[in-house]
This record gives sequence, structure tokens and C-alpha cells, in this order.
Amino acid sequence: MYSIVERRMIVPNMHEFIVRAPVVAESVKPGNFIMLRPDPTGERIPLSVADWDREAGTVTSIFMQVGGTTAKLARLKPGDTIPTYVGPLGKETVIDKFGTVLCVGGCYGIGSIYPIARALKEAGNRVVVLLEARSSFLLYWEDKLARVANDLFVITRDGTKGRKGHIDKIPELMGAAGIVPDRVIVNGCTFQMMRVSEVTKPLGWKTIVNMNPIMIDGTGMCGVCRLSVGGKTKFACVDGPDFDGHEIDWAEFLARRKGYSPEEVDPLRHSSCRSRF
Amino acid sequence: MAEEKPEKKKLDLQRRPMPKQNHWERVKNFDEVALGYPVAAAVEEASRCIKCKKPLCNQGCPVGIDIPGFIKCIVEGDFGSGIRKIKKTNALPAICGRVCPQEEQCEKTCILGNKQAPVAIGRLERFLADWEAAEGKIEVPDMAPKTGKKVAVIGAGPAGITVANDLIILGHEVTIFEALHECGGVLIYGIPEFRLPKAIVNREVNYVRSLGVKIYTDFVVGKTRTVNRLLEEFDAVFVGSGAGLPWFMEIPGENLNGVYSANEYLTRVNLMKGFRFPEYDTPVKRPSRVAVVGGGNVAMDSARTAVRLGADEVHLVYRRSKAELPARVEEVENAEEEGVIFDLLNLPVRLIGDENGWIKEIECLRMELGAPDESGRRKPVPIQGSNYRVSFDAIVMAIGNGPNPLIQMTTPGLDINKKGGLATDPATGRTSRPNIWAGGDIVRGAATVISAMGDGRIAAASIHRYLMNREGEAPVT
Repeated sequence: MYSIVERRMIVPNMHEFIVRAPVVAESVKPGNFIMLRPDPTGERIPLSVADWDREAGTVTSIFMQVGGTTAKLARLKPGDTIPTYVGPLGKETVIDKFGTVLCVGGCYGIGSIYPIARALKEAGNRVVVLLEARSSFLLYWEDKLARVANDLFVITRDGTKGRKGHIDKIPELMGAAGIVPDRVIVNGCTFQMMRVSEVTKPLGWKTIVNMNPIMIDGTGMCGVCRLSVGGKTKFACVDGPDFDGHEIDWAEFLARRKGYSPEEVDPLRHSSCRSRF
Repeated sequence: MAEEKPEKKKLDLQRRPMPKQNHWERVKNFDEVALGYPVAAAVEEASRCIKCKKPLCNQGCPVGIDIPGFIKCIVEGDFGSGIRKIKKTNALPAICGRVCPQEEQCEKTCILGNKQAPVAIGRLERFLADWEAAEGKIEVPDMAPKTGKKVAVIGAGPAGITVANDLIILGHEVTIFEALHECGGVLIYGIPEFRLPKAIVNREVNYVRSLGVKIYTDFVVGKTRTVNRLLEEFDAVFVGSGAGLPWFMEIPGENLNGVYSANEYLTRVNLMKGFRFPEYDTPVKRPSRVAVVGGGNVAMDSARTAVRLGADEVHLVYRRSKAELPARVEEVENAEEEGVIFDLLNLPVRLIGDENGWIKEIECLRMELGAPDESGRRKPVPIQGSNYRVSFDAIVMAIGNGPNPLIQMTTPGLDINKKGGLATDPATGRTSRPNIWAGGDIVRGAATVISAMGDGRIAAASIHRYLMNREGEAPVT
């Protein structure tokens, strides 16, 4: 059993989730994910890691409440336990001295881009962080990211903070600041990672995306997380989750991502009569 | 005085049938199909044994069970001694009695088989194991004094459990690291409830735990900690991480929604209990027309699972003919009884989806049998221009698994064999590194439960000799 150190909603629907798991904390690296099960009848889902404390033996993730499993997680309190928390899984994000790296975060990815930005900074890169949200009240961890970023930009859909608009404003925004990144790393929802890959492709900016497909075991055994990269089938859990965004078959990925959409919310409907939501 | 001639017993050629759930009932549930021999049938079946002077049956057993010995005990009604004889060399009798391919092993070499039906050795093994469990007093074997040596076992599947069982009895401290949240490996995630109830797997895992084996679940060796890191704490490591890498056919359309690896399909149902959705959260689709591609036991398990999930039509698409099906005859018969339609001599060449990325149709080529290939089976040859399309809502790819690559990727110095698994010395199970052994599907690719257990037995003996600094000695038999 793994005990919950902290679970709190930091912005609407988005939760910071700290679990005591010393063996995971011991070897976790930026870009890894963990698999968990919220209770004995629950589903196994992957969560990207957003931070850790090796000494305290804790690992932090940010999750958005969308379906049945994340709804169960959102009810957990400090001191509660969950039966499964395993990792770190997946290959870590490649950290090297690239020069200027643009780290793009959105949704839960604002959390998981943080350790990546931090490691890139430690490796001697100029780290440019760009956060995207629908509105300013959905932004979080700006202070943490500001501490590891040389430059921090914000785009909001409604213009309540930073640049108004969509994520595809990246080239303009970087152009105005005179920044030409040597590498772009995106952590966020599928649509955001796809859009960034689309706008950086014509510019020739190498773009790494941290993919988030459906998974069951997370160790290469079931193949549900497969995607096409450069015309070849890859398993996100063991070959990724980082891939070159310009090589991914995004239409296929989006379709596979929706493969169980009805069932993801179905448990919500079934358990609502127990009035625990 | 002339010696009295023993009365010659007439050969009993009739094998006692295995009581089974009726097929019209069992297709609606996930309960075990084969119900097990009642006492009378077990004694009668055991009495068919002709007590050969030089029995061959035990030579057919990969773990060398004293088969004539335990059969004799059943005839005499001494079931307690019978199960003790089995457990000397087999820690998992209730499992082996159910899923071993006995017709290829012990029962194949049974002399009675030359006349007609061999003694139902597997069913008798199961009988004793179930009898012991029902009696409720599981005996613990004699344990050797503690040696102070520590062994790490990676994977709580059949190979790992066997190694753990053997080494703990020999006095070593054994710790198993299991990646999933439950122990059993393929016995838990792969083989369905209706063929091997999970309560039985848990029972046998708990038995090994009761001997003092420590088990850590949710621990992915190679990721959580590397093998090298484990070797800082342990004197030897056994790798039994299994064939957890599903193969696909590499034909167009395999990444459409509704196309599953058998591993995904079966894991959703078995490990995650998707058949009890929404009581359990993990969903599994319940399509009405399912095609399972493949002809092995995993294909049969997938097809029979689809039947139980309420499919109207389940087809098994296999490129060779019925004679070449690698699945056990018993499983093929069960699948046929349950209404699975066998589309033999058919090769899928393309999967076609709808506008939303869901599977709609499968395109196949018809095949005919040509000359025998390297496996000795007649090679299927496509009939040119015989392409046709059929509509399906789901395709399950059950064409095999390769060894899981996580250990190889993260452990330097391990030689790889032709199948992509760990290369080992077959006589000892030792890898190219002196303190690492391996066995089961991580070495063989997808094989059988009992061959994994046989590997585990061999490796355990070698690890024991190594730990006791007696590696040069001949194996203890």
C-alpha cells in the first residue's frame, strides 16, 4: 500500500498528488511516468511525474479529473492509501546541452515539464518556458517554473494573462522575442502537442512530445499504447513516452486515445448514486 | 513348486471422462469448465495404470514427477502420500494438472496410449491437488537449515515461483520482484478464469509465500531498480520475466481501434476483471462479431472469452489447417462446442477501418497446404487472387509473443539468443553473467507453463550449487 502525502486541487479540476513511494523516488527521472490503481477494483492508469523528493521518498504528479479513475483519486485525502503505485516507467527525457530549449507545458503538463526544465537548466541550457491555458485562473506552478527558466511566456485563450490566443502563436511569440530554439519539448494534452508539432515542423525546430496514450501494464506487455512513429509501430510505455512530434501519425493517435471514451466516464455515472461525487 | 502366476488383469481401455459444465451454460459464465474427477472416478482412472516395470510416463515430465508413485497412492486411497510425492518436484500441481499439455508429455509416453487412451495423468494430478486444498491442511515440506545466502527472483510467474520454492526449501533467503500488482504472471493475466480459476493461482502463490518467500509486487526490475543494483544486495538473480511483448502481423490497419493484442484483451478480462465492468473499472468491449487471428492456446482462450462476453459470432482465423493447430486438442474441442467458427487456411492481409478509425472489415487470402516447412508442418501457400473481405467489430491478434525486452535493455553483459530472449546454458539455466540465471519465456519466447517450471527447477539446482560453492559437481537428481 502506498500512502498519500498530499492531494489538493490547485486550480479547478487539476490536482497536485504526492505519494510516498521510496523505491520510485529513488530512481525517477524527468519524463518518466508511474502506473497506479486507486483502489482494489480500480483501473490502472499512467500519470506523468512532476516532481520528487528522494530523501523523503515522495513523488508528485499533477492530474486532471476527467473520468472514473481520476474522480476516485480526487477523493483521496492525506493518509489514505492506494494499492498500486509502480515506476518509474518509460524512458526518461533526453537531457543534454542543446543550447536554447523551449519547454511548452499545458494542462497536467505544466507540472511534468517542470523537472524537465529544471534538468535542462542544470545541464547548462538557456531554458525558455511557455505555458498555455484557457484562462489565467487555470495556471499553476508559475513561480516554480520561473525559478528554472531564463524566460517565461504565457498564452491564454481569453487573454487574461500573457499573450491572447492559441498555442499556434508560438512562432510569432518566439520571433518577437528573438528566440530560435534548438529543441522544443512539449508536455500537455494531445491536441496541444499535435498543434505545436504542426507549427514547428515547417520551421525545422526539433520537437519532442511526451505521449499520453491509454495503458494497462505500462511495461510493454499489452500493446494498447501503440502508435505510429515514422511509419513504424512503437509502444509508448517502453519505446517512449518521448517521441519526435514531427514523425507521429496524429490522426491515428487521436482516434486511439478516444477508444474507451464512453467507458471512461461510465463508472462516474454508475457510482454517482452512491453520492460520493 | 511352481510360482503362482499372477492373475492377468484385463486392460481397461476406457478413460474416465472429465465432468464438464454443459456448453450451453458455460458460454454465459466465466466459471471453470472442467469440474474435476470425483473420488470414485479418480480411483478408477488410477486403477487403469498397468504399473510398467520401466515406466516412461515420468520421463515425459519436464519436472520429473514420480507419476507411477502418485498413481499407486490414488489406487490405494492414500491421497495424502500421493500429493506429497508430487510436491517433491512440483510446487504448482493444481495449475499443472489443469494447463500442462499432458498429451505432448507424460500421457504421450504412457504405454497404455499404444493400445488406446493413456491414463489421464493430468486429471489425476489435479485431483490430488484439489483434494489437498479441500482438506484444508496444506503440508509444508522439510526445510534445510538457513544458509544465509540471498537470491532475487524477477517475475512471479511459473518459472520464478518454481525457483523460489526450490531455493527456500534448500535454506536460502528468496525475494520475488513482480511488476504487476498480482502474482502468477501469465497464469493471472493470460489464462482465463474458466480454464484456471484465479483462486487456485492465489492458493499456490500463498503456499510458496507460506514457506517464507518474500514477494514485492509493483516492482519493475530494470526500471524501479536494475539487476546490477539488486546484485549489490543479493548473491544471485534469476530472471523469469516472461514473454511480455505481443507480436502483430505488420499488416495495414493494425493500429485501428478495435484491434487488440491477445495480451491486452485477456489482461483486461483476467487481471483487471473487465468482464465484471462496471463493478470493476477496467472496460472491455463487447463486440458482436469478433475475429481471433492465430491457432494456439492463447487464440482459443481469446475466442472463448469473446463468446462469454456475448459475441454473436466468433471466428478463429488461422493460416494452416486443423491438423496444424498448435492449441491443445481439448481446448480446440471446447472452443468448437462453444460455437467458435474455425476459418482455417485463411491469412489476413489487411484491416480496413471506418471514418472514425474503428475496425470495419478484414481482408483475407485463402491458402492451400504445400510441402512441409522447417517446422515439419505443411507450409501454407496463398491462392493468388482469392482475396475476400468480411466485416468484424473486433480483431484479436493472438499470433505469439516475444521475450519482454526490459531486462536486456537495462542489464549490460547479457547475451541474447535468436528469439531475442536471454541466452542460457540449457544444462544450468545460467546466462552469460556468472551470477544471473534465467528461464521460462524470457529464454524460450512464448512456450508452456511446465517448460518454464522445468527451467526453474534446473536453474534452482545450479544456483544452489553456485551458492554452496559446488558448481563443478554433477547435478543432484
